[in-house]
Amino acid sequence: MIKAVLVMNTQGKPRLSKFYEFQPVEKQQEAIRNVFSVLCSRPEHVSNFVDAESFFGPDSRLVYKHFATLYFVFIFDSSENELAILDLIQVMTLIGVIGYQLVSVLSVLEAVNFWLKTVFVETLDKCFRNVCELDIVFNYSKMHTILDEIILGGQVLETSSTEVMKAIDEISKCALFPIWFLTCRLEASSNAINLVPKSVSGWRSR
Amino acid sequence: MEQLKTIGRELAMGSQGGFGQSKEFLELVKSIGEARSKAEEDRIVLREIETLKRRIVEPDIAKRKMKEYIIRLLYVEMLGHDASFGYIHAVKMTHDDNLLSKRTGYLAVTLFLNDDHDLIILIVNTIQKDLKSDNYLVVCAALNAVCRLINEETIPAVLPSVVDLLAHPKDAVRKKAVMALHRFHHKSPYSVSHLIDNFRRKLCDNDPGVMGATLCPLFDLIAVDPTSYKDLVVSFVSILKQVAEHRLPKSYDYHQMPAPFIQTDKESQIKLLKILAVLGSGDKQASEHMYTVIGEIIRKGDSSSNIGNAILYECICCVSSIYPNVKLLEAAADVIARFLKSDSHNLKYMGIDALGRLIKISPHVAEQHQLAVIDCLEDPDDTLKRKTFELLYKMTKSSNVEVIVDRMIDYMISISDDHYKTYIASRCVELAEQFAPSNHWFIQTMNKVFEHAGDLVNIKVAHNLMRLIGEGFGEDAAAADSQLRSSAVESYLHIIGEPKLPSMFLQVICWVLGEYGTADGKYSASYITGKLCDIAEAYSNDETVKAYAISALTKIYAFEIAAGRKVDMLPECQSFVEELLASHSTDLQQRAYELQALIGLDARAVETIMPQDASCEDIEVDKNLAFLHGYVQQSLERGALPYIPEDERTGMVNVSNFRSQDQHESAQHGLRFEAYEVPKPPIPSKVAPVSLSSSTDLVPVPETLYSRETHQISSVRSSSEAGSSELKLKLDGVQKKWGKPTYSSSTSSSTNSTSQNPVNGVTQMDVAAAVNSRVRDNYDTREPRVEISPEKQKLAASLFGGSTKTEKRSSTSNKVPRASVSAPDRSQESKAAVALNEVAREKTNQSSPPPDLLDLDESTVTVVPASVDPFKQLEGLLDTSISSTTNHNSSGESNAPDIMTLYAETSASRESGSDGYSIPVIGDNVNLLSELSIAAVRGTTGETTVTPLSQSVKGPNAKDSLQRDAKVRQMGVTPTSQNPNLFSDLLG
Repeated sequence: MIKAVLVMNTQGKPRLSKFYEFQPVEKQQEAIRNVFSVLCSRPEHVSNFVDAESFFGPDSRLVYKHFATLYFVFIFDSSENELAILDLIQVMTLIGVIGYQLVSVLSVLEAVNFWLKTVFVETLDKCFRNVCELDIVFNYSKMHTILDEIILGGQVLETSSTEVMKAIDEISKCALFPIWFLTCRLEASSNAINLVPKSVSGWRSR
Repeated sequence: MEQLKTIGRELAMGSQGGFGQSKEFLELVKSIGEARSKAEEDRIVLREIETLKRRIVEPDIAKRKMKEYIIRLLYVEMLGHDASFGYIHAVKMTHDDNLLSKRTGYLAVTLFLNDDHDLIILIVNTIQKDLKSDNYLVVCAALNAVCRLINEETIPAVLPSVVDLLAHPKDAVRKKAVMALHRFHHKSPYSVSHLIDNFRRKLCDNDPGVMGATLCPLFDLIAVDPTSYKDLVVSFVSILKQVAEHRLPKSYDYHQMPAPFIQTDKESQIKLLKILAVLGSGDKQASEHMYTVIGEIIRKGDSSSNIGNAILYECICCVSSIYPNVKLLEAAADVIARFLKSDSHNLKYMGIDALGRLIKISPHVAEQHQLAVIDCLEDPDDTLKRKTFELLYKMTKSSNVEVIVDRMIDYMISISDDHYKTYIASRCVELAEQFAPSNHWFIQTMNKVFEHAGDLVNIKVAHNLMRLIGEGFGEDAAAADSQLRSSAVESYLHIIGEPKLPSMFLQVICWVLGEYGTADGKYSASYITGKLCDIAEAYSNDETVKAYAISALTKIYAFEIAAGRKVDMLPECQSFVEELLASHSTDLQQRAYELQALIGLDARAVETIMPQDASCEDIEVDKNLAFLHGYVQQSLERGALPYIPEDERTGMVNVSNFRSQDQHESAQHGLRFEAYEVPKPPIPSKVAPVSLSSSTDLVPVPETLYSRETHQISSVRSSSEAGSSELKLKLDGVQKKWGKPTYSSSTSSSTNSTSQNPVNGVTQMDVAAAVNSRVRDNYDTREPRVEISPEKQKLAASLFGGSTKTEKRSSTSNKVPRASVSAPDRSQESKAAVALNEVAREKTNQSSPPPDLLDLDESTVTVVPASVDPFKQLEGLLDTSISSTTNHNSSGESNAPDIMTLYAETSASRESGSDGYSIPVIGDNVNLLSELSIAAVRGTTGETTVTPLSQSVKGPNAKDSLQRDAKVRQMGVTPTSQNPNLFSDLLG
């Protein structure tokens, strides 16, 4: 199972932390410090895996990914697969970025377009240069919501970004808007999705 | 149009309000982000806390504002500050009707509270209500909270609702309900044990997501108890097939989206492969179902994406775990090759890991990847390096141990991470103990480990090292022993100069210097004692080191006195001893006093107390205390009551005594080395008269308080009968001396001997392994290191080259039997084990006294196979047999009875040909076992020495050997042809 998810910047400041087994605040801080001290000493272009047994107990693995000024860190045990978790980080960041892009419904088309590009070109690193790390914090509760959709009680629940996006959308829709707008929005998004193949082909032909 | 614009703005605002925060919060985040120091950050956060404390209690806060406060609290707590004042507000927020407020509330409580927090009780009710809500999003939010907040006691409160949700129309809810149940199972398995069938049923859910979620709890259940889920193998295989072929329904081909969107089924594939690996391990029938589908997945495997590689990796794990299939193993090896050749460190890491798994089944795989593995070893990536060490650890053999351990030590020195240092140090020690090619190398390696990882290693390791130096090679190789010891002394005197040595290493140094510092006459006593005092002074706050040092001093002075030389204490020694005489530690005091007393004695007495190089000799403890008989007789004549053993007094059966003593004995057998630290414990012959002559108040034999009390009670009782207080005192003293278990009439002495025999069987075998590995290594010459110019190739050759058996066999003559034994031939191994067992039985049959034969026989035989690794045993046996053989040959006629055995043995071996190595083992075994048992007794020191092995020491006679020979043949090993080469090697 997954023991913790951490997001911190390259100065070691936590941007998001979620522990799936309760830890007192001091322990959390200590863990964050330990993880950071290991991560910042790792050279570039090495593997994304770190041995975490010394500070998370036996049978702990750590996978991290470094985007621009942020580290995304997952700590988990042997019942998960390292590469799969690495992929999950990709998904999470992806959704995070798109989530940010989607603050305005009017930009939904752009977002989908952008999303497709990032998926295919895998230029997350690049797009995080545009998305300042503070955006993660500004969207603090949104990130938590995304994470809750992906991981539940330490188990990976959903790895499909589409599914997660759908769930997030519905949560925000339900909470905020009057019914009529909801339908309007749905139409918009379904339109958007219908447009996708076109935009894909358009992008490809470019 | 106008309206639309407004809506747009509202929407943007709204969604900001939903997830985003007010300007204030943004300011806060920014200022924290820009804070230069931790102190500045703390100041900002503390100010924020003050603001929040004030604001949060204001009446009539707008919901959106409140939500933001809670988020800010979360943020504050994430930064490591206490936000407990706001917990209650978060709890209140969960009662809110608005979904987003509710979610925020739940989010906050899941992050704030542990599942045993007092406030949980306020939430359970809300959760219960929300689980029944019509809005599935509310239900989802509640399920999120359930996973985190419900503990063992509150499970029953929500369990029924959660179970109901398994049938919810929304798949998202079903999925989460399954996860929640899994969580319950995780927290308290028995509370949901009646619901496990639900997991099986949910496997057939028509939503693949729910099915995927169900795999998580099933994996946990199966890992615990694979047998009761064997029936699911076929369904798992068919699901896996469908998933792999994308035949699952619904959204997985969501609007014809290509690859990256179909994630969930990949995740399920990984889980399924994990499950199959557990179910198929060691089960041929189950494994056969899986071969096709796994082969298919590997064949179609997409290695361009992480998730594709993750699946391939899981396939390898699965292949290496289930019943082996040649084709699949080949396919797996190909995938590993692809991983290792990849540029990505991640894939290399996975490749090394997979290689480590596969190597257990097909050891030859590693050879193809020599260079890749060495590349990984030299990679700047720490993680990869550690993984590679893990792999090397698995492939270590006696041929490559030197290279591997050297590498490990180099790495160990270079890192500062204590946790990993401990780990790798213990690995080094383990490998060195198991495969050391020579004692010298072993000591050098241990020195390095101690020097650099010192206090991190287990104390046992230090004891083993001391024992190794103390025992040496055994009687046969006195010259080599003394050489080893002088080299140890030499190296330690050299190392002493280094600053800041770890305490454990110093203890070893002190012990060795004390025991052997002056043995070869190279260094004078005053030189060594000077060094010892330096140590004690330099590490004056370490009492253990000081104790070792003073004991070493005692020994050196004792040896000097015994050799008839005059002892003049160096002034610093003098002052050291004086310091200890006044020490707070009674242990140190005692040692110092003993030293003082010893110096006053004459040469003969000192020699008896402290014989040279006797650390491994037995200390004979006369448990019957026969020398006291006269005294007892006297007392009885004077009217004292006879001593009644405690068990008789308390009415316990004799058997229990027997058992408890047995336990007591075996407890002491796990590496106890007290005798090494203490200057020889009081030998009874010396102690007894002292205590007899002195009054009863001195009780030098350590006894537990409990037993002393019982003695006193008993003596009170007996004295009340006898009526003489003076007698009571005396009797008391005698009884204490007597001790509970040692008092023995003729009957109890026979129990003693029977009980001790099996115990000795155990130690014998324990020590056997150690002795074996050591002895064998003397005969292991060199390392076939191939001198090829590129360094890497050289390394590769030294790591992997040794594995080719044929090469090894031809290299040197006395290696032959060993190479063949180390070949991983299962059948041989087991045969040898059987042979060993038989011989042990045979031996006990012959050598034990006729009465109680059955008893003895049984216990010994059952103990033997349990405590030994037969393979290791066998390896050792061979070389020991060689050593004994050659030695007897050279030493010639001096020991006639042994020659007879030898003759019998060799004749048996000569006749045996078909099975070159295993038969001489049988022949020589008896001899060896007796040797081992001697070693065993030597290994165990202190008061626990018994001599039940006299029978084997007595030496076999010709008749015995012939009998044995006959039995060997009876066992079905019929010698057919000759193997003159082998035995000319053996016999020189």
